[in-house]
Amino acid sequence: MNEITITRNNHLIDPTLSIWGWEISVYLFLGGLVAGMMILSGYFLYRERHKQFITSCTVVPLIGIVLLSVGMFALFLDLEHKLYTWRMYTTFQPTSPMSWGAWILLLVYPAMFAMLLIKVPGFIPKKFTLLFKWSEYINNNKRVLQSIGIANMVVGSGLGIYTGVLLSSYGARPLWNSSILGILFLVSGLSTASALVHMIAKDKEESRLLARADNLFILFELLILGLFIINLLSSTQAHINAVKIILTGPYAAGFWVFVVGLGLVVPLLIQSLAVSHRIKHTAVAPILVIVGGLLLRFVIVNAGLLSHWTKVIGLE
Amino acid sequence: MARFGMVIDTKKCVGCMDCVVACKTENNVPEGLNRDWIVQDVKGTYPTLNMQIRTERCNHCDNPPCVYCCPCGASHIHELGGVVLVYHDKCSGCKACMAACPYDARFIHPDGYANKCTFCIHRVENGMDPACVSVCPTHCMYFGDLDDPNSELNKLLNSRKHRALITEAGTKPQIFYLD
Repeated sequence: MNEITITRNNHLIDPTLSIWGWEISVYLFLGGLVAGMMILSGYFLYRERHKQFITSCTVVPLIGIVLLSVGMFALFLDLEHKLYTWRMYTTFQPTSPMSWGAWILLLVYPAMFAMLLIKVPGFIPKKFTLLFKWSEYINNNKRVLQSIGIANMVVGSGLGIYTGVLLSSYGARPLWNSSILGILFLVSGLSTASALVHMIAKDKEESRLLARADNLFILFELLILGLFIINLLSSTQAHINAVKIILTGPYAAGFWVFVVGLGLVVPLLIQSLAVSHRIKHTAVAPILVIVGGLLLRFVIVNAGLLSHWTKVIGLE
Repeated sequence: MARFGMVIDTKKCVGCMDCVVACKTENNVPEGLNRDWIVQDVKGTYPTLNMQIRTERCNHCDNPPCVYCCPCGASHIHELGGVVLVYHDKCSGCKACMAACPYDARFIHPDGYANKCTFCIHRVENGMDPACVSVCPTHCMYFGDLDDPNSELNKLLNSRKHRALITEAGTKPQIFYLD
């Protein structure tokens, strides 16, 4: 037996680390979702399908800007020294994934804004003639259109991967100690973005294509989740204890029932039947995928905070 | 170049918490928060028990993840003795350093910035020991330069069995405990 008594009782630290609440999980989810949206719309634009896939290339960037702003506001709410937020933009720290993220976020807005100019949103008054001139210029230049598509894919990938690397860089928290997390969050972002566009697209071909794509992304995500678990299970005792938090410990129900079951397997089954025309497409599967993506972030963030090199409270 | 560190003799520490009180007084550490603390580590089953008492704090690691992960450049390594410090006016309170520290040595000051043990750098610069070391009634704590082969620290480390905490996390902690 090993009994440890500690006189420290610091806020957010004891008895278990609780530095990040819902704000970070929501931000990581929205960041991944927006990253997925940028890659999808960027790809369609690059393949010059933007005239047919109107939702992906004109509506999605607008939703993306709104969702990312909501995410960044959540992130801002989490900061403890809010008046000094600007300090992130007075320096670039190459060893800090959070610094990379702060600067990537600054590239995301112009990339999505450029995409938005393909068809200037209806609510913009005609007096902003410059926007309409830019829009005309972009639409008349194939090279520019494709470059915007590539920029969205590149920046989107950076955003999606960074949300995972942000966590995996903290060596002190064994559950996050896997670089697979970057790819896991990117694929989860692509999957939730496909689900969202599938749900809102008016064009039937666009909607169905994204349902098929989402099935592939979900399959890939299941594979990566499996690799993530194998990665940690085959590592040190601290990593094995950490992954047990989600496999059999306090977050097992959340992980197996909501993330894997209702968030991935069930919507995959529903969408597979819908894609093969055995049942109708409904909003059920995409909503499950989107909620599952959000809960994936909640489970990984909270279980990761619980994981530690020497002690894991609640595991025994 | 000096490399400041500490050696703590767990055979002498009685867990009186004088170091904790001295730190709070010297550094005006706000109520309910601690830069250093006491750990009682009991191993075995009655009646074959073994208890170690030790005082813990930031390990001022040589490979400090809290410095590497800071997006603002607020967490930094001080030029004197490699002490890990935080510029309060650069910190955004993102708590990345708290996630990165395997020792959970940092906390958020009520004013919003990350806070931790400074090895009482303001005293050390003036030739004094850190407050916790200077008040210890059993003289179980030793502060000095690990780079100096003739320092009291190195004499103890060369002659006694010792260990550092959570070395498997790879941060190269600079506080050593004599067993």
